[in-house]
Amino acid sequence: MSDAPLTLYAHDLNRRFGRHGAVNGVSLQLHRGEVLGLLGHNGAGKSTTLQILTGALLPHSGRIEICGFDLARQPDQAKACIGFLPETPPLYRDMRVDDYLAFAAMLHRMPRKKIADALAETKRRCGLQDAGQQIIGTLSKGYQQRVGIAQAIIHRPEIIILDEPTVGLDPSQIRDIRALIRELGDAHSVILSTHLLGEVENICDRVEIMHHGRLIYSDSSERMMQYGNGTMNLEEVFMEIIEKHIAENNASGELTP
Amino acid sequence: MIRLIALKEFRSLLHSPTTWFILGALQFILAWSFLGRLNAFLELQSQLALIANAPGATQVVATPLFGIAALVMMMLAPVFTMRLLAEERRNQTLALLMAAPVSGRHIVLGKFFGLMLFLSLIVFDCTVMSLVLALGTLMDFGLLFANMAGLLLLTASYAALGLYISSLTAQPIVAAIGALAVLFGLWLAEASATDSNPVWHALAPTGHFQNFNAGLLDSSDLMYFVLFCAFFLLLAIRRIHNNRIYG
Repeated sequence: MSDAPLTLYAHDLNRRFGRHGAVNGVSLQLHRGEVLGLLGHNGAGKSTTLQILTGALLPHSGRIEICGFDLARQPDQAKACIGFLPETPPLYRDMRVDDYLAFAAMLHRMPRKKIADALAETKRRCGLQDAGQQIIGTLSKGYQQRVGIAQAIIHRPEIIILDEPTVGLDPSQIRDIRALIRELGDAHSVILSTHLLGEVENICDRVEIMHHGRLIYSDSSERMMQYGNGTMNLEEVFMEIIEKHIAENNASGELTP
Repeated sequence: MIRLIALKEFRSLLHSPTTWFILGALQFILAWSFLGRLNAFLELQSQLALIANAPGATQVVATPLFGIAALVMMMLAPVFTMRLLAEERRNQTLALLMAAPVSGRHIVLGKFFGLMLFLSLIVFDCTVMSLVLALGTLMDFGLLFANMAGLLLLTASYAALGLYISSLTAQPIVAAIGALAVLFGLWLAEASATDSNPVWHALAPTGHFQNFNAGLLDSSDLMYFVLFCAFFLLLAIRRIHNNRIYG
């Protein structure tokens, strides 16, 4: 995987909200064709990290390069390479699905003549073929989530960033979305945040665990599952890693927040 | 990008039933006052014919119509500006624009021009109503043009102010009440200011509109409106930028 080109490079990101440090010294690298899972408790700083990577939030320090463009210096070129699904899908409820997706594509500077093809392909991938003329507000939660994902991939970005993409879906929808993410991961780079360990097991190539704004563990997902000589399931591994991190911090005299 | 956001804003206004309801009610009010003035003009016509330099149909019918439209616009503009950014924030759709390769300038100007495209329909509507007079009488087209330009500039200043207030909050209703309070306050200050106190006359948009309303094209009034719009649009762009800094 490491010989594939680097699509995202983030170095030493820091972000505070008031005096509370939400993200502390996070560094990430992502190669093409890789699915990275960002794992952590609620409030660990996952969403903040993802927002910083998309340029929706400015970091207090640190550097981000996306497809070779510096996010701070060339924001337009860099952001055109990203597709982002926030925690709440950013849907205009009074628009039709087709109009909304075309708007999202044009917003990401997709040439007008390529849009019809991209729209058809994206709707097929997300299972929205029959929903094109429907008003978004009338769709069910699962379909709205699919429109949210479609919005993030329609302009064929190099990097797709999904913030808890399967929250609130029923099991069959979760299976469909996971298959879709796996498929996207073949040609693009995907980062997804989650607190569902099963998701990591199923779709991620690599795992980063976040705790109190820091990355405390990084490895391939197979290696993570072998942690503790295969005697533990993924939940136990996850808890073990976090507890070990807390114990180390206490031992070194550092105050845990 | 500005055009894309403006057209999206314009379309979403036209797709909303509330918009058409408001437009219908507005047309009723404007038509009612137009007919009232026309009636008064027809009754006075015989007396007016005896006066030298008597006011014409444009001055008696069209000018008051634009005066009323200006007053109605003060209450109407906040209703339309309230959604612009506050609703995006409340529905968390602002994330789409913030993560897309568009700057705060594109977002704010796109929303401003989209709304202006819509509000200029109302100005256009007043103009067309007045032009109907040309079927029966000679019109003062210069005066009509001054009124049209004045109402358009006044509307733009209200839209810019409302857009800025909408960028401050996540509640559209708060944005509407805030914008209405500021516009109403400026109007009251201007209306109650005595001639010895020219500051309020200079500060309030309504005072500058009155010159246009009387057919007086003054470049200082024009500059006032341009600066007023630019000031509040820049504040709104700054507010959007701060969104990236403070979250």
